[in-house]
Parts: sequence; structure tokens; C-alpha cells
Amino acid sequence: MSRSRGAAAVNLTEAVTVFAALGDPTRLSLLRRLSVDGPVSITRLTEGTGVTRQAITRHLYALGDAGLVRNARRGRERVWELDLKRLEKAKRYLDQIAAQWDEAADRLKSFVEDE
Amino acid sequence: MTVNAQETQDRPSTDRIEKKVVVRASRSRVWRAITTAEEFGAWFRVNLEGEFAEGRTTRGRITHPGYEHVTMEMLVERIEPERYFSYRWHPYAIVPGVDYSAEPTTLVEFILEETEGGTAVTIVESGFDRIPLARRAEAFRMNDQGWAGQIKNLARYVS
Repeated sequence: MSRSRGAAAVNLTEAVTVFAALGDPTRLSLLRRLSVDGPVSITRLTEGTGVTRQAITRHLYALGDAGLVRNARRGRERVWELDLKRLEKAKRYLDQIAAQWDEAADRLKSFVEDE
Repeated sequence: MTVNAQETQDRPSTDRIEKKVVVRASRSRVWRAITTAEEFGAWFRVNLEGEFAEGRTTRGRITHPGYEHVTMEMLVERIEPERYFSYRWHPYAIVPGVDYSAEPTTLVEFILEETEGGTAVTIVESGFDRIPLARRAEAFRMNDQGWAGQIKNLARYVS
């Protein structure tokens, strides 16, 4: 349990900037909740927020459209969770561009040093 | 030859990449290699037309094997002699027939500092969080195919 929470926290760090791009504080806090708590029902997500259940639902679907969260049936209720696969993909995209910069930096070094 | 390039950022980020490399050459030599369009093209592998100037777009065909169909565009943002050079472009804009012009760009920055034994070059590319997720996933798929092709080339070369 604590281990999966740790992994979620790492992904939160990576993801926060993605989410910030969405520019909505309610959605950002929803994502933070999902990162820390794991799969949660809309009822629990609404508790203590001062935001209506309808508004929360709308925000969750907006995040779902962006591929950042998804919902699943757990027992009798529907829960929402982060879509880590999509986030992982975003990270791998960056790794790949970083690898290209490694190669380019290597060529720059050779170009200047080998003359 | 290996390069002493490493990620210098402390925390993982999906928005930026940072690389630092130490080059055994004077700062003015490295500056020329980065900010002269012709020299930039030689190591970056692109045939640029025209010179770099603040606010100007410089274009050219990529000469890197496998990417020769790609025309690259760099909009130079800031030039501070021998210290700082930055431009904007569309990252990984290599899918034929796609018009990237309406999409957000990333900022590429080169920062030069004198260091023991040469010049430290820091390369930062940032703004990836504004790139649509779908585009990032697409780049990932393209790269998978790219690597498959590279492995085939290698197999042909060694056999």
C-alpha cells in the first residue's frame, strides 16, 4: 500500500506541470487527490470541497478527455483514478527527445574538438 | 567518444529537458559553432538557409539519415554574444503532411560558461507541457518505428 502510494507521488511530481497547463485549480486539486488517495468515488471527491457533485463530475470528464484520468467500476460504486499509462507515455516522449539532445551534444563536441 | 551529458535537474518534470556538456574549446569557438547557421547545420545535421538573427526564422532540410523529408524551422528569439542563444521550434515535427504551424512551440536555449579545460554548454528545451498529449504519444510511436529501422540498418551493416 505505502509502496503504490510512493509511486503515485512520484508520478504526481512529474504530472503537476502537465496539469498546471490545464490552468484550473479545481482540476489540479482533483488530480492531486487522485495521486495521493488512489481510486476514489465522486462522492468522496466532492466531500469538503464546497463544489457541487455536478461540477466535480464535469471536471473529471474533462480530465478524462485529456487522457489523464479514467473511471472504473469497483463493487457497487464507480471510482476515478489517474491514467498512469498516459502520463508514462508523456515521460517517455521526453526521454526520447533528451536522447536526441545527447547525440546532438556529442556531435557538437566532436565538431568543435576534432578540428 | 562519450559525452559528459547529464540531466542536471533535481526533480522529474514533463516540461523541460536540461543537458550539460563540457567541450574542450574556447568559448568563442563554441559560440561560433552554435550561432553560425552553417556550422550549426554541420553538427546538428540540417542544411540551413540564411543566417540567424533575433526575430528571424531560419529554415532547412534535415540531413540526418532517416529524416531527410523533414524541413526544420527555427525562430531565433535572443542572442547575447558568447553567452546565450535561444530559438523556438516544433519539437519532433517529423510526420509527413502534418501542419504543425498552429501548435505550441518549445524554447531551446544554449548557455555558455567558461570552465576548467574548456567551455560548459547547457542546453535546455522547455514548454513540452503545452504540446498536446496525442502529439507526444504519436512521436513515441514514430520513434518505435524509427528504432526498428535503425536495427535493420545495423544488421545490414554488420552482416
